[in-house]
Formats: sequence, C-alpha cells, structure tokens
Amino acid sequence: MIQRVANAALLLIAVLVLNFTMMHLAPGDIADTISQSMGGADATVMQQIRAEYGLDQPFLFQLKTYITKVLHFDLGYSYFYNQPVTTLILEKLPATLLLVISAQLLALVLGILMGVYAARNRNGFFSFLVTLFALLGYSAPVFWTGILLLIAFSLKIQWFPVAGMVDVTISGGFFTRALDIAHHLFLPMITLASIFIALYSRLCRASVMEVLGTDYVRTAKAKGLPERSVVYKHALRNALAPVVTLAGLQFSAVVSGAVLVETVFSWPGLGSLALQSIIARDTPTILGILFFSALVVIVGNLLTDIVLRMLDPRIASKG
Amino acid sequence: MNDSFRSQNKPALLKVQNLTIELTTRLGTAPVIDDVSFELHEGETLCFVGESGCGKSMTALALMGLLPEKVSRIASGSIEFNGVDVTQASADFLNQLRGNELSMIFQEPMTSLNPVFTVGEQIAEVLRHHQGVDKSTGVKLATQLLDQVKIPEAHRRVHSFPHELSGGQRQRVMIAMALACQPKLLIADEPTTALDVTVQAQIFDLLDELQKEHNTAIMLITHDMGVVAEMAERMVVMYAGRKIEEGPVDEVLQQPAHPYTRGLIACVPHLQAFMHEERVPLLEVPGVVPSLNQFGGNQCLFADRCDQVNERCLNNRPENKYTNQRSVACWYPTAEGVFL
Ligand SMILES: Nc1ncnc2c1ncn2[C@@H]1O[C@H](COP(=O)(O)OP(=O)(O)OP(=O)(O)O)[C@@H](O)[C@H]1O
Ligand code: SF4
Ligand SMILES: [Mg+2]
Repeated sequence: MIQRVANAALLLIAVLVLNFTMMHLAPGDIADTISQSMGGADATVMQQIRAEYGLDQPFLFQLKTYITKVLHFDLGYSYFYNQPVTTLILEKLPATLLLVISAQLLALVLGILMGVYAARNRNGFFSFLVTLFALLGYSAPVFWTGILLLIAFSLKIQWFPVAGMVDVTISGGFFTRALDIAHHLFLPMITLASIFIALYSRLCRASVMEVLGTDYVRTAKAKGLPERSVVYKHALRNALAPVVTLAGLQFSAVVSGAVLVETVFSWPGLGSLALQSIIARDTPTILGILFFSALVVIVGNLLTDIVLRMLDPRIASKG
Repeated sequence: MNDSFRSQNKPALLKVQNLTIELTTRLGTAPVIDDVSFELHEGETLCFVGESGCGKSMTALALMGLLPEKVSRIASGSIEFNGVDVTQASADFLNQLRGNELSMIFQEPMTSLNPVFTVGEQIAEVLRHHQGVDKSTGVKLATQLLDQVKIPEAHRRVHSFPHELSGGQRQRVMIAMALACQPKLLIADEPTTALDVTVQAQIFDLLDELQKEHNTAIMLITHDMGVVAEMAERMVVMYAGRKIEEGPVDEVLQQPAHPYTRGLIACVPHLQAFMHEERVPLLEVPGVVPSLNQFGGNQCLFADRCDQVNERCLNNRPENKYTNQRSVACWYPTAEGVFL
C-alpha cells in the first residue's frame, strides 16, 4: 500500500512536468492576451511583460521554479482573475467534487442493481431494456443528453432549475440549502452518470452471470441458502471486483465528462473555470486545474485500490 | 419398472425411481441419465462407479436439485427422500433439506469454497441458517467442526481464507461444512480425485469415522475400485447414463455379471491392497465411451466394446434384470448361477 502511495506521488510529478511542457509548447501566452486587451502592443512592451512574468527565462528553469512552487502548495497567481490560483480552485473544487462523486456513486449503484437484475432474468424484457439503455447511454454524447434533459425537465416540465448550483433567493437553515443544492444537482448528476450507468450495468451483468456459474455459488445453493443470499452475498461480492476496477479506470473519464456537463448546466465548478481560463490563455490557472484534476483521478484510483482490497482478500495478501 | 430391492424392512431413506435427465447440447438433446433406479438406506454406503462422463455427477446433482439450469432437466422419474419427492418439492422445501438433512461434497475442492469469505464464516453460515445459532456460537461450532475433520490449529484456521489452505484442507473444510448439521445423507462426489494419495486415504478414513458416529448414509462417487472395496456395502456401476449393474460389493467384485464390470475389475489386480498406495489410472477398459448423442439409443451402449456382442444387443436395449440382491442390464450376463 505504501508503495502504491509512492507511485501515485511520482505519477503526480510526471503529470506536472507533462502539463507544463505542453502548455509551454502551445502557441500564445499571457503577454498576447494582455496586449490584445490593450488593443495591441509593440515588441518591446511584449518583452517587458514577459520579463515581468519570468516568461523569458529558459524552459528548464521555468519548469523547476514551477514544480518547486507546486510542491509548496503554491500554484501561482492568476493574471486574469487577479487571485492566487489555489484560492480560485479551492473555491470551485467542492462543486466539481460533489458532481463527480455523486455521479460516480449513482452510476455504480444503479449500474450494479440493473446488472444484477438483468443477470438474474437474463432473457427477460428488462434485461433487453438494460442492454438497449446501455447502448444508448454509452453512445450518446454527454452534452446531447444534457441538453435533452434540460429541455425536457427544466424548460418543458419545470421540475428542475435551468442552471447554477444554488438559488440565491432561497434562505434558510442547512437542510433547506442542502435540499436546494440537491435540486440543482439532480440533472447534471443524471447526465454525467448516464454514460457510466450503461458501462457498469453491462459489465456487472456479465460478471454476475459468470459468477453464478461458479462452483462456490453451487456450494452456496447446496447449503440451502435462499436465492437472495446466494446472489447478494456469495455471488455479488465476487462479481463486484471487475466493476469496481472499471469504475476506477473510468475516474478520469468522469472528471473530463464533468467539464462538459458543467458547461451545459452552468455548474460553477472547475470545468467552467477551465473553459474561461483557456479562452483567456491564463496559463497558471489552466495548469492548476490540470494539476487538481490529476490529483482527483489519482486519489480516485487509490480509493479503488482500497475498495478492491476490502472486497477480495486474495488481492490484499498479494501485497 | 419398480423392482428395486426390498431386502431391508425399514423404508429406504432415498428412493430413486426411473430417473431420466435430459441434457441439451449443441448436438441436440440426449438422456444423460436414462431410466436409473436405486435405493439407499440409513447408515449405508452406496458407491457409484463408471468412466468419466457416464453421468455420476449428474445423478448426484439431481438429488440435490442442483442440475445445471437451462441445459438440463428431469424428464421423468422421481427422487424420494424421506418419503417426499424432491423433484416436485418447492424451492423453500428444498432449501430446508439442503445443507441440513442432505449435503454434498463436490469433486472440485479448489474452487468450491467462496474465495472472499473465511472458512469459519462459510461453515458458520450453514449453522446459522439451519439451526438458528447466533454469530459467536456459529464460530465456536465451526472451530469444533474443523477440529473434528482434523485441521490443525482449528481456532486459528477458522479465520483463514480458502486461498490460505491446501487442497486437502479445503476438502476437509467442505466435509466439515457438509456435516455441520449432521445430515441423513451425504453425497460425496469423487471427494479425493483432486488430492494426492496420502491425503486421499485420510479423507476416506475421516468419512468412515464420521459415518459410524452419526449413522449417516453416504452416496460415494468414485473412479476407484479400491475405494469401493474398502468403503461400500453396495455398488452401482454406471455406463453411458444407465445403471448397468448393482449389488453388494463383495458379490459384484467376485462375480461381476456385466462384461463392463468384469473389464473394470480385471484392470485392478489387487483390489484390497490398493487403498493406501499409489495407483495406476483405473477404469481402463479398452475402447471409448459412446458420445452423448448416442445416449438413449435402443441398443446396448456397451456393444462397441463388448466381446460377447451379437445381433440382439445391437437392436434391443437390455432392461435391468433383478434378483434378490442384484441387478444387471445385459442380455448375456456372466455371473454363473446368479442371473439365469
Ligand atoms: N453443465 C453442463 N453443461 C453441458 N454438459 C454437461 C454439463 N455437466 C455435465 N455435462 C455432460 O454430461 C455428461 C455427464 O457428466 P457427469 O459430470 O455426470 O459425468 P461424471 O460421470 O461425473 O464424470 P467424471 O467422472 O468425469 O466426473 C458428460 O458428457 C458431460 O460432458
Ligand atoms: S447386452 Fe450384449 S453387448 Fe451389451 S454388454 Fe451384454 S453381451 Fe455385451
Ligand atoms: Mg463427476
């Protein structure tokens, strides 16, 4: 486990280097943005701006400075927002985390339930529906699903708010506010989860079907256990491992899916911030967001590992 | 066709009558078990022998109500356990029997335990389910059972996961689990094929001991004539889904009536001496078993390999002929004086 954490840290540094290099290679920098907003600037002024922000230093020197700073939890200063990047990101991070985690959990829970049901009634109509739904959910682009839901449930039937995360006109205690956020969260969460529900339910269906044919499930039946506990205790616990593994692998996809969903629903998270800072060529903020996304994915993968160990003692004993 | 043996006065614990099981494969549907009848009494050991694929495990699974779903079904016949036909019983009723009065040890010890639960939990689960004991009592009883099946350091092993145990130990765990509720009938499907020879002998000694203690009836499936000679009172010889011979072990071994049984015995030189030694692969009668799609034909399915075959054998299925203690399905049985 310790080795896992060490690996994760190394990976994070590699991500930092890669991000920085790619940003460096991309054409245009903050000097362009500033000069544009000034209505054009000559070469000397550009040079001055670059010197001021340290952009005239050699690449490796810049890289070193950047990484040292990040390791001291300093992600730099956003010239565009006039705020430290860390402050900026920490302000938006909770919204994104809320969306990512709730969508991932919803997708897992629904995916698993649907998968188990479909596996137990493998030729039933519902099983067919699951397969169909899985195909649709997986092949439909997120923003399309999002806009469709938005039109249906926010504009036509006005069950859910159109945009944002909180309704500023509502005041009240913690519970009222939590309810309000949940109300706003519902559609974006469903939209983001829809891709993954499909993925997880299909894998879960296959996995449960396979496990139901194993010798130890036969043993469980031979003990006289009712079908319920054969399926939910003996089979499911084993069938979950591949699903959890997939969920871990999909974590980065969930995070990048969140960027799109946030844009569609104007969800005030990192995704919206990313879009704005890319347009503004606000390099420190972009780098900061990339860093945090990587962090979220890596932590997600570590969590996956821990869950897998809890599910299957054989993994734990292999170290 | 209801002429099994009525030599004992008590009603049989298990009475299988004209059991036919159909299996559907790519080749079509065929009877893997074809009109098989037998009885088993309390405290008795009945051995099933026969080549691989002749339907021994299928018979056992049918008794447990665990036939592979979708591909197989009971086409006709009945299985009476304690006077109740389990083929007609509800799932709830079956679940009350299984693991309680009727238990099975499977052929595959390496894969028959659930890898994600401790062996103690897997044993205790049976006790909680059938006897309503609480969690801590369950663990205590599981430890005792592990001790009973001679697993060293039972109090520690009870918390082990299956992958931490050897094959022999896993099979002992399976035995402990099967015997937890002191069943009336224990089905042991080749309990030692996956294990090495010394462990084999230990497992059989263990079964023997536990049977004497609880008067359990055992249906023992094996490839091994040495085991039959040592363990059983009566034996059934299966061939291509049919019961071709049945009778008391010593009589059948001394005077086999079916040419196939004769062949089986001929390839085991010193039956009695073999239990605790390394053995050559047994049941090596020359020729091959008919394939599944030939099962059910109106002929003797052994005809291809029989040196006494004639016209009649090829065009008529030999029915089981019964005498007092024995039965044989052959037009020309060889046990002089027994079948005439
Ligand atoms: N789940 C299944 N699906 C399809 N065919 C099966 C299945 N289980 C068994 N069979 C087939 O049924 C026939 C009888 O099998 P069974 O397992 O009863 O043989 P067996 O006498 O126990 O043999 P062995 O000594 O190898 O265990 C074989 O031809 C086998 O291939
Ligand atoms: S019926 Fe005929 S072919 Fe079959 S075993 Fe008897 S003698 Fe051989
Ligand atoms: Mg078998």
